[in-house]
Amino acid sequence: MSKINSKLASVNGVNRRQFLATTAKASCVMGMVGLGLTTVSTQSRPLDPFAIRPPGALPEDDFLSACVRCGLCVEACPYDTLKLARWFDGAPTGTPYFTARNIPCEMCDDIPCVKACPSGSLDQKLDNIDDSKMGIAVLIDEKNCLNFRGLRCDVCYRVCPLIDKAITLVLQRNEKSDHHAMFLPTINPDLCTGCGKCEHACVTEQAVIKVLPRHIAMGKAAAHDTYQHTEETTLEMLNKGLSL
Amino acid sequence: MNIKHSNSPKSATRFANAAVNELGWWGAHRFLILRRISQLSVLSLFAIGPFLGLWLLKGNLSTSLLLDTIPLSDPLVTLQVLMSGHWPEISLLLGAVIIVGIYALLGGRVFCSWVCPVNIVTDLASWIRRKLSLPRTSEIPKNLRYYMLGLVLILPILTGVTVWEWLNPVPVVYRAILFGAGSGLWVLAVIFLLDTFVVERAWCSHLCPTGALFSLIGKVSPIKIAAIRAEACNNCMDCFTVCPERQVLKPVLKKGSIQPFILDSDCTLCGRCIDVCAPRVFQYTNRFNSNNSNRIPLKVESKL
Ligand code: SF4
Ligand code: SF4
Ligand code: SF4
Ligand code: SF4
Ligand code: SF4
Repeated sequence: MSKINSKLASVNGVNRRQFLATTAKASCVMGMVGLGLTTVSTQSRPLDPFAIRPPGALPEDDFLSACVRCGLCVEACPYDTLKLARWFDGAPTGTPYFTARNIPCEMCDDIPCVKACPSGSLDQKLDNIDDSKMGIAVLIDEKNCLNFRGLRCDVCYRVCPLIDKAITLVLQRNEKSDHHAMFLPTINPDLCTGCGKCEHACVTEQAVIKVLPRHIAMGKAAAHDTYQHTEETTLEMLNKGLSL
Repeated sequence: MNIKHSNSPKSATRFANAAVNELGWWGAHRFLILRRISQLSVLSLFAIGPFLGLWLLKGNLSTSLLLDTIPLSDPLVTLQVLMSGHWPEISLLLGAVIIVGIYALLGGRVFCSWVCPVNIVTDLASWIRRKLSLPRTSEIPKNLRYYMLGLVLILPILTGVTVWEWLNPVPVVYRAILFGAGSGLWVLAVIFLLDTFVVERAWCSHLCPTGALFSLIGKVSPIKIAAIRAEACNNCMDCFTVCPERQVLKPVLKKGSIQPFILDSDCTLCGRCIDVCAPRVFQYTNRFNSNNSNRIPLKVESKL
């Protein structure tokens, strides 16, 4: 009898120990999986900030919570512009992006990519492609831009679907030759759609004009900065008789 | 039969010999072959779009559009999006409802054995294990997958991002084939190695949150596997060897059991138990089939 009891007890002991061991193991696994995943997902956000998203994409954080990585936008794009990111690509795996230097967005009037998106990570309210903000073009290297060298390249200017709106040529006296003008490509960030046609067409080996995601291309004035509207403020100060 | 086996060691190592002898090669592999055809057909339906321009199914297993009208979405990714606090377009939600409806009817883990591409890899791993007679090295609890499911749904609340979709091997395969995004396949390689060398059936039967969710969806399904001729069982254990969720077989083969249906929704309805059973104990059936519902208690001696 006592023999059986002790046997039972030992069996129970083993079970309890096993139970505790498996529970401990399980919690360890879950903890590690959770930590690992969270690290990967949060770390790769600041690491991959250069992905240019399709038209109408929500701000990056919202986009990443909404996109189900189905590729319907990719399949809807008639120009093969969009790609789904691979691991270690420029964007979180499975999400759509494009590389303007290879294939820019052709700015379809009917925006098929946005229409195809079932998750709303591409904003369905976007109905005019000219309102899209895939990124902002930035003339990033003035040194190698042919127009900055006093030549008349103008390729980026001429390929822009919003010519003379999103990109203009600003005339400036050429100090080097003293009697020529320079035509400096200048982007209006309020109108540029980030389609990337300028980056695609730029004649230099490495594009000197590049589309950057909005959050990288744009600075932000501090909320307390009262000199945001310089002209107004200056006038105001003059009117009040303050010294500048 | 055991004596015969020990006389010829070659045939003793060959699994499901009895079924092949009794039912022929096709008879002993029917559902395996049909499942592979089904898995590859679904993949082909997606693939003829990008490769041949025939768009019957657009997208991938995460979300797709059937014939340009009917949305179909993976309920797990849809839940993750909702958990992350984003309210998606109605088509995504509708697609998830349709998929839940289909699998609630057909059996939840029908997805696992008849559609999911990862299943081919994990089945291969288990086949290699059998061939090499690898010993079981460690055990992990079966219900870990439900904790995984919980984790996958909690992380979007904490991070605001659908974290699991970074790794989820199910769409990884489809993205690799349909969108040329093959670099995610390392996830699959890890699963293969894990299943082959670390824990038997580690991924599909212990960890996969998609399988866990489909198992929950399948709880209400009328389609079941039933041990309609359990009295003919000769305890060869072949079904136990081949079943990815062998715990579901115990209740129906237990001595004195009067319950013919495999009610445990972890059953993937793969039908391998039907294939490998020489006396044809198992069959696909539905829960309301009255022929099976009041069976005489088993008389087989139990060695389980
Ligand atoms: S607007 Fe047209 S070209 Fe641009 S990404 Fe969408 S579908 Fe492609
Ligand atoms: S269609 Fe929408 S949800 Fe699908 S991959 Fe494109 S952006 Fe993501
Ligand atoms: S990205 Fe370049 S081409 Fe496109 S709108 Fe902006 S300036 Fe024009
Ligand atoms: S358990 Fe997961 S990976 Fe395995 S077959 Fe089911 S869905 Fe696919
Ligand atoms: S019981 Fe049969 S159908 Fe169910 S998982 Fe096991 S082998 Fe497959």
